[in-house]
Amino acid sequence: MKILVAVKRVVDYNVKVRPKSDGTGVDIANAKMSINPFCEIAVEEAVRLKEKGVATEIVAVSMGAKQSQEQIRTAMALGADRGILVESDTELQPLTIAKCLKAIVDNEKPDLVILGKQSIDGDNNQTGQMLGALTGMGQGTFASEIEIADGKVSVIREVDGGLQTVSLSLPAIVTTDLRLNEPRYASLPNIMKAKKKPLDTTTPEELGVDASPRVQTLKVEPPAERQAGIKVADVAELVDKLKNEAKVF
Amino acid sequence: MALNEHGGLTDDQQQLLDLADKFGREVLFPLAPKMDDEEWWPEEVFPQLGELGLLGITVPEQYGGAGLDMMSAGAIAQGFARWNHAFALSWVVHDNIMMNNLYRNASEFIRNKYLPRLCDGSSIGALALTEPGSGSDALGSMRTTATRDGDDFLLNGTKMFITNGPVADVLLVYAKTDVSRGAKGITAFVVEKDFPGFNVAQKLTKMGYRGSQTAELVFDNCRVPAENVVGEVNMGHKVVMSGLDFERAILTPMLLGICERALEISVEYSQTRKQFDQPISSFQMVQSRLAEMYMLVEAIRSYSYRVLSLTDSVEHGEGGRGEIHMQTAAAVMFAANNTNIILDNAVQIHGGSGYIWETEVNRLFRSTKLMEIGAGTTEVRKVIIAEGLLQS
Repeated sequence: MKILVAVKRVVDYNVKVRPKSDGTGVDIANAKMSINPFCEIAVEEAVRLKEKGVATEIVAVSMGAKQSQEQIRTAMALGADRGILVESDTELQPLTIAKCLKAIVDNEKPDLVILGKQSIDGDNNQTGQMLGALTGMGQGTFASEIEIADGKVSVIREVDGGLQTVSLSLPAIVTTDLRLNEPRYASLPNIMKAKKKPLDTTTPEELGVDASPRVQTLKVEPPAERQAGIKVADVAELVDKLKNEAKVF
Repeated sequence: MALNEHGGLTDDQQQLLDLADKFGREVLFPLAPKMDDEEWWPEEVFPQLGELGLLGITVPEQYGGAGLDMMSAGAIAQGFARWNHAFALSWVVHDNIMMNNLYRNASEFIRNKYLPRLCDGSSIGALALTEPGSGSDALGSMRTTATRDGDDFLLNGTKMFITNGPVADVLLVYAKTDVSRGAKGITAFVVEKDFPGFNVAQKLTKMGYRGSQTAELVFDNCRVPAENVVGEVNMGHKVVMSGLDFERAILTPMLLGICERALEISVEYSQTRKQFDQPISSFQMVQSRLAEMYMLVEAIRSYSYRVLSLTDSVEHGEGGRGEIHMQTAAAVMFAANNTNIILDNAVQIHGGSGYIWETEVNRLFRSTKLMEIGAGTTEVRKVIIAEGLLQS
């Protein structure tokens, strides 16, 4: 079976980012970029399925600027067999990404698509679900465990109330949560081998997708600094403040 | 060397630096406090590095290595050193100072016998040159002897300050085979820790780089088969001297990693520490220190990468003399001396907390001095440079 894995290039999770002073976005000039941690978990899961003999081929796809190749190479160093870059210099929003992925799904016909549940830059948590709607494939989001048998994938989902198990017919979409697995390190020989793996490049236009943004960003500003707490004298004062200041009652 | 977005590293080398940095941050950094507190050694890491292919960087693939260059090895030393310089030192000694030396000078028999296990991390390597009575005059005053006994040599003597000594499985050991020839009567041997007559006399407690293991070793009629002679009998001085050039070169990226981290945490601390109702980074005297640290870090980077790329073109049997001898001595002297200045500034910015043993900046600070003493003192480095300049 074939697995398609989506990987996104994002600011490394260790970088402390700041909004630009003009409020037009986040300053990421010269920042270290990495593969989105949730996407890395998606790659790891695909590689484990291949190691178990369940999957036979893993295709890693990324979208964005040319440098996103680096993240595809990382995915290939971890075990993906080949890569596809959808190159675009415009800001790609979740719906555009989902449409491009739909076009690639139509071409590649994977049995399983694994995505991160969200990326740590935009935190949208939309692409996997949108892809489900566009393709009509079943989706198991926020997966903490998956198992494939008899043409079905069983997904244990992390939901607010606890864990939910869903069973989906293949082909299906899975988005990963943090506890699904712990990604390995790419070994040095595998990093070298990844350079020789095939990487195709296409564009949203070639895939027949209009990449122009639908959502406009008006302003980006840092969250308000947290105010210091206070001590209350007794329960009565606490209740009064909850009622009249916090207005939670 | 063209400058690029990675400050001189190729894309491949940058990827190695990223891998070493990630492994350093996630695996080596959490080990550092216990190593520093207890001079503790994390046994599980070397096999892990073997699996990741991060051992034997400069050793060809046929022996289990990666077959890459000194710049690549340097990138790994740099990445590790940012997070755990003590471990980086152990790695450098194993991978380059011992293994690269062994590969460059040893027979096919020795290469095939020892390199694969050093490359997969099942064996740890060390190099034993210094003795209690022999430091800067390492060759002339060497007292350890090796005398022929049938098919073997019998080693007798003591080696001092040997990094990885307490945990090493395979050691490159220098001993005098012809005392009458002085420095030209030395031979290099491969010694296994299980050879009869080999003993770790004591594990030493250090000021810095704590957790990287250091020992005094005693050879008491230690029996070493003649096939374990590295290079030729009485030609050990060549092995020592060319090895020292590589050693000095590979120590510079380790110092760079230490300095990068010292600058990073100093910038962070200066922006969070408040005095007079403002971050101390708003004071020009703190800014001046940060600017000076940055300048020195970048200068060490440039010299480090330059000297590493120079060592890549040293032919087999070369080194230990001429331009490369001067360059490596100058580069490590520059890096070591300026590391001391950077670390001094880092602690000053951290103020009282920087004087507390368990803080990261204090651990970094205690790495001062060693690289001015090991691999040739600053004095010896100056002699090498001056001799090179004045001979004609």
